[in-house]
Amino acid sequence: MSASSTRKTTEDLRIKKVFLESGIEVDPVYTADDVEPLGIRNEMPGIYPFTRGIHPAMYREKPFTIRQYAGFASPEETNTRFLFLIQNGQSGLNVAFDLPTQCGLDSDDPAALGEVGRVGMAVDTLDDFEIAFRGIDLDKITVSLTINGTAIILIALYIALAEKRGIDIKSLRGTAQNDILKEFIGRGTWIFPVDKSVKLVVDTIEYCAKHVPKYSPVSVCGYHIRESGANPIQEMAYAFCIAKAYTDGALSKGIDIDDFASRLSFNFDIYGNFFEQIAKFRGGRRLWAKIIREEYGAKNDHSCWLRMIAGGGGGGLTKEQPENNIIRSAYYALISALSGTQTMALCSYDEAYTIPTEKSAEISLRTMQIMIHEMGICDTVDPLGGSYYVEALTDRFEHEIAREMKTVEAWGGIVNAVATGKIQESVSKQAYQREMGFQTGVVPKVGLNMFTREEDPRPVDFHPYNQEAADNQVLKLNRIKASRNQEAVQRHLAEIKADALADNNLLPSIIAAVKEYATVGEIVQVLKEVYGEFEEPIFI
Amino acid sequence: MKILLAKPGLDGHDVGVKVLAHGLKDAGFEVVYTGLRKSIETIVDMAVERQADAIGLSILSGTHLILAERMNGVMAERKLDIPWLVGGNIPVLDVPKLEASGAAKAFPTGSKIQEIIEYFETLNTKK
Repeated sequence: MSASSTRKTTEDLRIKKVFLESGIEVDPVYTADDVEPLGIRNEMPGIYPFTRGIHPAMYREKPFTIRQYAGFASPEETNTRFLFLIQNGQSGLNVAFDLPTQCGLDSDDPAALGEVGRVGMAVDTLDDFEIAFRGIDLDKITVSLTINGTAIILIALYIALAEKRGIDIKSLRGTAQNDILKEFIGRGTWIFPVDKSVKLVVDTIEYCAKHVPKYSPVSVCGYHIRESGANPIQEMAYAFCIAKAYTDGALSKGIDIDDFASRLSFNFDIYGNFFEQIAKFRGGRRLWAKIIREEYGAKNDHSCWLRMIAGGGGGGLTKEQPENNIIRSAYYALISALSGTQTMALCSYDEAYTIPTEKSAEISLRTMQIMIHEMGICDTVDPLGGSYYVEALTDRFEHEIAREMKTVEAWGGIVNAVATGKIQESVSKQAYQREMGFQTGVVPKVGLNMFTREEDPRPVDFHPYNQEAADNQVLKLNRIKASRNQEAVQRHLAEIKADALADNNLLPSIIAAVKEYATVGEIVQVLKEVYGEFEEPIFI
Repeated sequence: MKILLAKPGLDGHDVGVKVLAHGLKDAGFEVVYTGLRKSIETIVDMAVERQADAIGLSILSGTHLILAERMNGVMAERKLDIPWLVGGNIPVLDVPKLEASGAAKAFPTGSKIQEIIEYFETLNTKK
């Protein structure tokens, strides 16, 4: 007797219908009948299309990397912290930058008032990189730059630093976030019009493919798109459309897909329904592999890998009863591991209302370590593989993500959809509906709209703003501006302008300019003269 | 009643301000949104030009005290009497400080949309 003949529907069982956040209806039970027609039961990890993981042995060989995010105000403070981390065995460094650096303003710009060194390190010239990385061997440490709007300049600074130290850039490793398209949807550190912004990303991919082949110039972020209100299908679909836009740009420069696709990586968000997230990653991994092989003709398996950092998102945490966030984060970590992530990061439980304390950051770290060392999570690859439900949902996600990508194409492609505000408008409406769902109690959230209790207001804390460090940063900038070779700076800035007008790759002239201590703000100003600035579409 | 919602400074976190904009519109208010990274001067110009009855500043990067001080200065300089509010990551201890620098009210993150709507309604009846 086949399972289907005895299978009961929601109507038979007189139970309510259940829909995932993505709108997919969930059956009360899944059987072999749901997965047999899919013909996916013989998939293996490490083998195309990598649904079950990109490596054959996954965590048995090496557990996921733990990478927590942190920012320090000045290059000097950053350097001290980096040296400490390295002495304690850390081999990768994450750098956060302040908002003026992210928006292309120098520390002495009037618009930078009160922002210098506030949310990360201030960078004006190569001197700041020389201080931040003093005594640090760039051959042995991988540095991750969380930068987007000015990424091409910060990558140039990193390459210039390596070259000045006599390092062969052919062997230089590191990563940059450098995903400008998602900045237009969420996070907001855009500067130039959308097409010109994409051109800058493509320049970095082209330059790295040819000259810095070990460097990962782009990490495409579904994370911020999801935090802005996108559902899990849209998170993956928009991220893939963005990654394809960069890929198309690189291919148009005549670069072979196999020369850069393996250097692209992704950053995704985790909160919400447990199985929905796992299916999102498994289905997404399979779809991305197919896109790279079938659409772009990649021959190398590595090109088809969906390499990702997937972490517990702030969107799932609550300010109310914040200790509950420790439990939520542990589930998010489990989702991430069951989804075969390469790198994991968790928000701290108090992050919804304040700067994480050392204690809360330690709890996040221990959450991941307990999972690795006590739970057997690393013993077997893709332990959910073969589950009727998970496999059926994985298949559904693969198709729904592909369908959503077609919707974006119908909007004229991702660049157009972002330039006109089409995507921003739809995700912001969803964010509103989601918030209303929480505020009215239609969408259950423990401690927020159910099982609530009276709470004292939480002490919200910011790092006190260090005005002295900000003033020193400006003094340092003035000193450098007074002592550098002005003629050389002006000549290189003129070269950047000429290259921008001629649509040449800008990295060589930017590298030359930063070596002469041209500032981030000066270079951005020259580019604004050629490209203009993005005009934010207002749909409210 | 017309409300200008604004993002001063360099902070790009706009999910909250857009959610509030939708909520206020649904409650029958007219809403004008400035977009990201506007100077206090530009925001005040827009408020005058669009004849806003109130201004909401959304700030999540921690610069609220500095920006509120400037807002207070520009409003005084131009002899304007439009009530303005601050929303975002506001430490409890900073709420009285903001109100002392001229903000009519401060709504820290976690405030309910309904609460904010009701506040604007009281402003409306005062008019």
